[in-house]
Order: sequence, then structure tokens, then C-alpha cells
Amino acid sequence: MSVILLIEQILNGLQFGVMLFLMAAGLTLIFGVMGLINLAHGSLYMVGAFVAAAVAAWSGSFLLALAASLVAAAMFGALIELTVIRRLYARDHLDQVLATFALILIFSEATRWVFGSFPLFLDTPAWLSGTVILPFGIQYSAYRLAIIIVGLVVALGLFLLITRTRVGMRIRAGDSDREMIAALGVDISVLYTLVFALGAALAGLSGALVGAIQSVEVGMGEPVLILAFVVIVIGGIGSIKGALLGAILVGLTDTLGRTLLPVLLSTVMDASAATAVGSALASMLIYILMAGVLLFKPTGLFGTA
Amino acid sequence: MKNGMARKAFRALCAGTALALALSAPAMADVKVGLITTLTGGGAGIGADIRDGFMLAIDQAGDVGVEVVIEDDQRKPDIAVQLSDKLIQSEKVDILTGIIWSNLALAVIPSATAQGKFYLSPNAGPTQLAGRRCHPNYFNVAWQNDNLHEAAGAHATASGFKNAFILAPNYPAGQDALKGFKRMYEGELAGELYTKLGQTDYAAEIAQIRASGADGIYFFLPGGMGISFLKQFAGSGIDLPIVGPAFSFDQGILQAVGEAALGVQNTSQWSKDIDNAANAAFVESFQAAYGRLPSLYASQSFDTANLILSAVAKADVNDQDAFRAALKAAEFASVRGDFKFGNNQHPIQDIYVREVIQEGDVFTNKIIGTAMTDHQDVYAADCALN
Amino acid sequence: MIRERYLNLIILAGLVIVPAYALMVDEPFTITLATKVVILALAGVGLNLALGQGGLVSFGHAAYFGIGGYTMGILASHAQNYTPLMTSPFLIEGTNSMPVIWLVAVVVSALLALLIGALSLRTSGVYFIMVTLAFGQMLYYFAISWPAYGGEDGLSIYVRNQFPGVNTLVPIQFYGLCFAILLIVLFLVDRLNKSPFGLALDGAHQNEERALTVGINVYRLRLVAFVISGAITGLAGALFADLNRFVSPVMFDWHTSGQIMIFIILGGVARLFGPIVGAALYILLEHFLGGLSEYWFIYLGAILLFVVLFAKGGIVGGLSKKEMSHGG
Repeated sequence: MSVILLIEQILNGLQFGVMLFLMAAGLTLIFGVMGLINLAHGSLYMVGAFVAAAVAAWSGSFLLALAASLVAAAMFGALIELTVIRRLYARDHLDQVLATFALILIFSEATRWVFGSFPLFLDTPAWLSGTVILPFGIQYSAYRLAIIIVGLVVALGLFLLITRTRVGMRIRAGDSDREMIAALGVDISVLYTLVFALGAALAGLSGALVGAIQSVEVGMGEPVLILAFVVIVIGGIGSIKGALLGAILVGLTDTLGRTLLPVLLSTVMDASAATAVGSALASMLIYILMAGVLLFKPTGLFGTA
Repeated sequence: MKNGMARKAFRALCAGTALALALSAPAMADVKVGLITTLTGGGAGIGADIRDGFMLAIDQAGDVGVEVVIEDDQRKPDIAVQLSDKLIQSEKVDILTGIIWSNLALAVIPSATAQGKFYLSPNAGPTQLAGRRCHPNYFNVAWQNDNLHEAAGAHATASGFKNAFILAPNYPAGQDALKGFKRMYEGELAGELYTKLGQTDYAAEIAQIRASGADGIYFFLPGGMGISFLKQFAGSGIDLPIVGPAFSFDQGILQAVGEAALGVQNTSQWSKDIDNAANAAFVESFQAAYGRLPSLYASQSFDTANLILSAVAKADVNDQDAFRAALKAAEFASVRGDFKFGNNQHPIQDIYVREVIQEGDVFTNKIIGTAMTDHQDVYAADCALN
Repeated sequence: MIRERYLNLIILAGLVIVPAYALMVDEPFTITLATKVVILALAGVGLNLALGQGGLVSFGHAAYFGIGGYTMGILASHAQNYTPLMTSPFLIEGTNSMPVIWLVAVVVSALLALLIGALSLRTSGVYFIMVTLAFGQMLYYFAISWPAYGGEDGLSIYVRNQFPGVNTLVPIQFYGLCFAILLIVLFLVDRLNKSPFGLALDGAHQNEERALTVGINVYRLRLVAFVISGAITGLAGALFADLNRFVSPVMFDWHTSGQIMIFIILGGVARLFGPIVGAALYILLEHFLGGLSEYWFIYLGAILLFVVLFAKGGIVGGLSKKEMSHGG
């Protein structure tokens, strides 16, 4: 395998990781602040992609579609926070898991009811299609490069929001002490709705971004949801920094694993057996990574018990 | 709602039919067909096509004493098995049909045929049931699973691929696909990849294709996987010809892929522009009834229903030998033109090469050639039937 | 409002009367459905031990359900093809004897639960939920891509396995067999819950600190409970595979884990008979709503949401007045 191919695969892993971060950041933020485990996060990702596809088809503008997906997912998030989710903060994790599992069932079928069973169309905008030439003559998809940049900008923005702003201070305070923040006179329920909507907006954004290069269909959020769980478990639940690191670790492991494992195995067995065994192993690799991390750090890399 | 209503409507219809028949012409036994297909969850679009194509043919036939019970398997094999038990034990159906996926077909067909029922497959044609374990009551009206891949291999060779890169998901149908392609492809392989089933990101695979020095690509990635791959491939700047089986370029999917699929050549036993009267009528009436172009899957279930109707007109379903002979004769106007069964009761048929084109703002296919003529699967030789 | 004990008797009576009636009016499919209820209830009883009594919210019990199913599938397929399972270092033959298959399924799923539990129980809370979920998914992907036993196609077993003195292909006889197993397991689990072990497990669930201070090794206690729980669910998996005469990776899917949890929450967490009521309700909904609408999952989701939000204690909790100390 040539060095250039390896660099390109590392970029791919990074892009996959950044995409996972957008999902994981919302999950981990919601858990960190409200102590809520939200399985329906994947549904918000799906909502983002569907809204983007619908708006792009109607207006022809990709940027408008992205903006619409952000707004729609945030509004949708706020809506379910106000109707269902806020009843769950004081409940145990089992109730949270089941209630949000019920939301998945409702949203998936409702989406199919509204949009039909056939996948929708969403394409990359003309100004981001094609490739760019990076240093060392690496040819790389412009759109994927844009995803990496958007993801890193969002990561920076979240970091600034939490460490530098008043809202961020409240989020950090809510994280450590619910009573204290209530005593300070901050309307905690408004804060919770805002945080949930922010997480939802990030999920919607990532759904819309990814929808342009993948299939926009019902159920698209579930595989991503499970990967995002793996990410925040590795990174430590509640930690944005952990989510970023975990996401990139998972992205790189998965991408490099499925390209390198068959190559490595082909040195000890014949080619088509190596392909089959290699890809079987590669599909389990990130779970093995997670088990390995937990063996040494049961609360993830940056988690506090 | 639709599902239940259709069922009720047909019960009522058939009650009426039975009465009318009893009063008029020589009494003919009612035939009850159980249609199990995927109507919820992933792949529900294909299930809707199978159901609609089938019911279109039944509707057009009018009152001929065929009752249809529709069930949803949720794409889960255990549900499919239970539904087939229910249809056989409670509904007392004579014929089962409708399953899309090979894994579900493998779970249902052997036990249904063992219980003396007929099974007519409108889509899946698993290898296991085409050879030694073929069964006199099992008919496949679509294709044996390898067929379209073999045709793709033949077409790749004919169009001058010397160093192809091939990929498919890592599951039995994917492994069969690559095997089928390689059976008919004569050039070298630049690379051979198995991807994860349900994978949505193909950046790593596309990078390997770019680095491999291949002169052409063959892939089998059904459903959303194919959509994802094509969109990402189009953005990669790689300019290589693509060949594949029809599944990733079919009517239900093309609109979601858009321009990325234009020009791709795919192999199929059916296309909406096959020039015969039955096909023209089918395409027109399907569009009139459902407001969309028919897909490959709809054409297959339409043929399946017409095959059943042709047998019902000739023989009593309770006389199994006569009914079986009537099915095997396949005397119906297939939308594919010529249609006949081989000894293992799988089709012997022409497989065409189609190219993805744009008609107005609709993406569809047109035939550009024939990949294989009167093609039969290789497993037929292992089947003891004749 | 009635006492939970009487309610339980009514439930048991229902499990006898419904199939008997179906037999009289010759509706074999109803018996098949009842068998499914009994088997899924058994899987729920297994999970309920960890989840209800022990407070261990495992979102990956599909792993044991699936491994139990594959134990049956692998042993029976080798017996069917007359090929040994392995020849070295010693010979292992396949088998189609149910008691042997059950025993192997219990042992194999217990070992798997030991492995997964030993690792997962190092974590707690949300970590535990997600880690168990991830292990389940790992096995799911392994089962799909490992070609030896059918991969995604799964394995078909054309005849049901044998049990001495019983014709297992007759629906009512197979039902009787499954029902008997459920009764035995219910009895054992009830005894276990009331034993010092069960009380300690419950105590550690209520207050871990106190359990630790009185010198209970909470980790080991939970691991044992987790292993027993996995073994029961594994046994249910073997029976489920025999019911369908078929196994596939879908048994490992995370929706299966979610389903088993739904049985418990619908019926009532930590109620001995909760999973039975929950499984029965689920199957009823699947068959009646499924016949009414393609979109029946919406209704299922709404019912589930309602039970979680407003009807804590599930159906058994709602119908019986006896309040349990560990209702949640």
C-alpha cells in the first residue's frame, strides 16, 4: 500500500470521525447536562436529512437546505423535549431507554408515512462536487474536505460556547449542581430545552451533510446512533473533548481496519479468504477497541464517574 | 390500512365470485394465494412494488376465483416463517409467493413445499434451492441469484474490461454475486473487496479503487448501499466505466441517485422498453394505477400473478400434478417476451444490457444490447427434476 | 384490584385455556402464537432477573438469545448432515436431541454472559447499557459475515429436534414442552429471588454502599446473577430456534434486545409474571395492529411511551395492589 493511499485513508478516517463527532457531541452534551440517555438522537439525524432533501428539491439551494435541516431538527428537538423528554429527567436510565426507544418506533414509521418507502434524493452542491488536489498530489473529494472543516469548526464553537460564554457557564454549572443553578435564579427548564435543541440541531446538521453523499432513507440514523454510543463510551460520557477524541479514534480504526486487515491477512492466507475474514474482523474492530479502553478506564478516556 | 382493506375487499370480491361461479359456468375451485412481502422497515419500497405488480395482474383478470391474502414480514426471517405457518394452517392457502430476500426465502420455501404447498418466487432465487434441493412445487419466476451477475461478467468481458475492480457486501448473496461475475468474466482482477452489510460510507473503498489501476468497476450493493456508493463515487473524480446488476439501478432507486447513475450499464431480464404488447400494456396500466413507473420487482410479481392465473384457467389447484404441469408450461404473456422454465423450474431467458438515461426529469433505463441469450443457471444440472 | 398471587394464577390459567381452546376448534396457528409467547416470556424472565432484581439494565440480551439459537442451529445442522462438529483434539458430533441441545445452550450462553459480564460489570449506569448494547452488535456483525453457518441467510433445520416420548412437530405437544420449561424456570427464579442470594442482589440494587459495607462482594454477586440471566435467555433462544426451525443473525439484532426489554416494561419490572403478560400483549398487538395497519409500529411506540410515562409497574403492577419494595 502506497504512502499516498495511506494518507488518503487517514483523511477518510478523519472525515468519518468528524461526522460521528457531530452526532456524539449532542448525545454527550445532553447526557452531561441533563443526565439523559437519548436513543431518539438517530431519529433527529434522519429528520435533518429528510428535511434537507425536501427543501433542496423545492428550492434547489444546498445552503438553504442545510439551514432548514438545522432549524427543523432544533425545533423538532425542542418539541419532543417539551412534550416527552422533560418527564424523563428524574427517571432512571431504564425508563429513558424505553421511552426514547418508543420515540424511534414512532418517528421511523411516521417518516415513512409522510415521505413514502422510497429513498429521497439529495446531492452535493455543484461548487463542492469533484475533487481538490492536496499537497503531495493527493486527490481528495472537495465535499469530504468540507465536512472535515465544518466538523472542526463546530468542535471549536462548542468549546468556546462552553468555556467562554454565560450560557456555557450555566451548562457547566448544571452539569455539576442542579440545585445551585436553580438557586441562582436561572430558569433551568429553559436551559434544558435549549441544550436539547442544540444537540438536536447538531444531529440534524450531520444528517443533512451526510445525506448528500449517502442514501436518505428511513432507519438511516440507527447504525450511526450505535457508533455514536461507542464514541461517547470511549471518550467518557459528558465530555465534549472525549467525544472529539473518541470519534476520531473510532473513525480511524474503522477505516484503516477495513482497508489494512485484509492486506495484512493476505500475507498468511489466500486472497479471497483474507478478504472475507478480514472484513468480518474489521466490522468488529471498534467494539474490540471499546472493550479494550473500558478494561483500563471503565469511565472512558475523559469520563468522571 | 391499505393492507387490511385490500384483504377485506378481496374476501368480499371472492365471496361474490364464488357465488357467481356457482350460479353460472362449470364450478371451479377457488384458489387462495398468500403473499408475504416486506411492507415495513428497510426495503419496504420493494415490497410495495411486489404487492402492486401482483395485485395489478389480479385486478386485470377480473373475477376468476383467485383470493389474495397479503402479509408483512418486516424483513425478519422468523416473522416470515410464522406468517407462512399462519397462512398454511389458518388461512389454508394453496400457493405462497411474495418474498423478496434470499434469507427469508430459505427460511420459508423448504417448509412450505414440504407441507404440499406451491411456492412461486417473484424475486429471490437462492443457490441452495436451484440445484440438488430443487423441489417440484417450487417455481422461480424471476431468476436464479447468480444470473444477472453472470450476465454482468459476460458484458464486462464483451465491453473490453481487462483489469476490473469488483466489490459486494460480505454476506451470502454478495459472495454469490462475485462468484457469478467471475464465472463469466475473462480478464484480470485489479481488486476484490467485501464491504460490511449496510455500510454507508465507501470513501476507503473508493480510495482503493483509485490506487488499484483498474480499468472498470463491477459492484453489487443493493438498496441504500448502492445509492451511497454511486453518489460518493461520482464525487471522487474517478472516471471509470461501471457495470452492475439491475438492482442498484432500478426504478425505485434511480431518482434518489440522480445524475450520478447516468451512463451506468446494468444487466436485467426486464426493462420498460422491451418491445412487446404485454409489456407496453403493463407499463401503461401500472403507471395509470399507481402514478409511478414500474420497477423490475413489479414486473416480476406481475409475471408471477399472470403465471398463476394461466395455471388456474387450465387446472384445479387440488389436482397437484395437473396444476404443476400447467405452471411448468408457463403459457402466459410474459412482459419479458419469451419465458420458459428449465428442468429446475427456474427461468431460461434473455438478459439485456441497459443504460441509465434521463427522460425529462425522470431517470430510467433503456436497452442497449443483449448480454446473454436463453441463459440458464449452472445449478440446473444438479437438479433431479426433468 | 387483586392480589398479585391471584393475578398470577389467572395468567397461568390463560396459558392453559387458550391453547386448549385452540386445539378444540382446530386453530393450530393460535397454538403456535401461544408457544411464541411462552418462549419470549422465558427470554424476558431471564432478563428480568438481571434488570428487575439486580438493576442491571442490559441492552444486549439479544446476544444470549442468539447464541442459544445458534447452539441449536449448529448442533442440529451437523446432525442433519451427518458431519461431526469437530474431530480434533476430540470428536464432537452434532445432535438432534432437545435435552442435550438445551444443556449445551445453557452452558454456552452462560459462558458468554460470564465473559461479557466480567467486562461490562466493571462499568455502571449508562456505560453499562451502552457496553452491553455494543457487545450485542459485535456478535450481530460477526454472525452476518461468518460464512460457515450461513451468514445472513441463517440456518434452516427442516425437522424439529427430538424429545423422548413427545412428537415435537405437533404444535400442542411442543407447546406443552415449552410451557413446562417456563413453569420450572419460574419456580426456580422465584426461589432464587427469595433466597439470601436474591435478597442480597436486591439489596445491592437498592443501596450499593450499604451492601458493600456489610461485606458483600457486589461485583461477584452481580456477575453470578448476570450469568444466570444470560443462561435463561439462551435457553429461550434455543427453543425459539426450534419453534421456527430456523436461526438467523436477526436474533442478535439490537431490536431483539429492545423487544425483550419491552416485554418486561409492559408487564411490570421485577414482577415474576411481568414478562409473560408483556410478551402476550406484544404478540397480540403485533397480530391485531399488524393486520390493521402497515404503520402499526407507531401505535406500539405510543403504547410503550404511555406505559413508561404514566403507568409505572406495567400491567401486573397496575392490576395488583400489592406494592413491591423494588418496583422500579
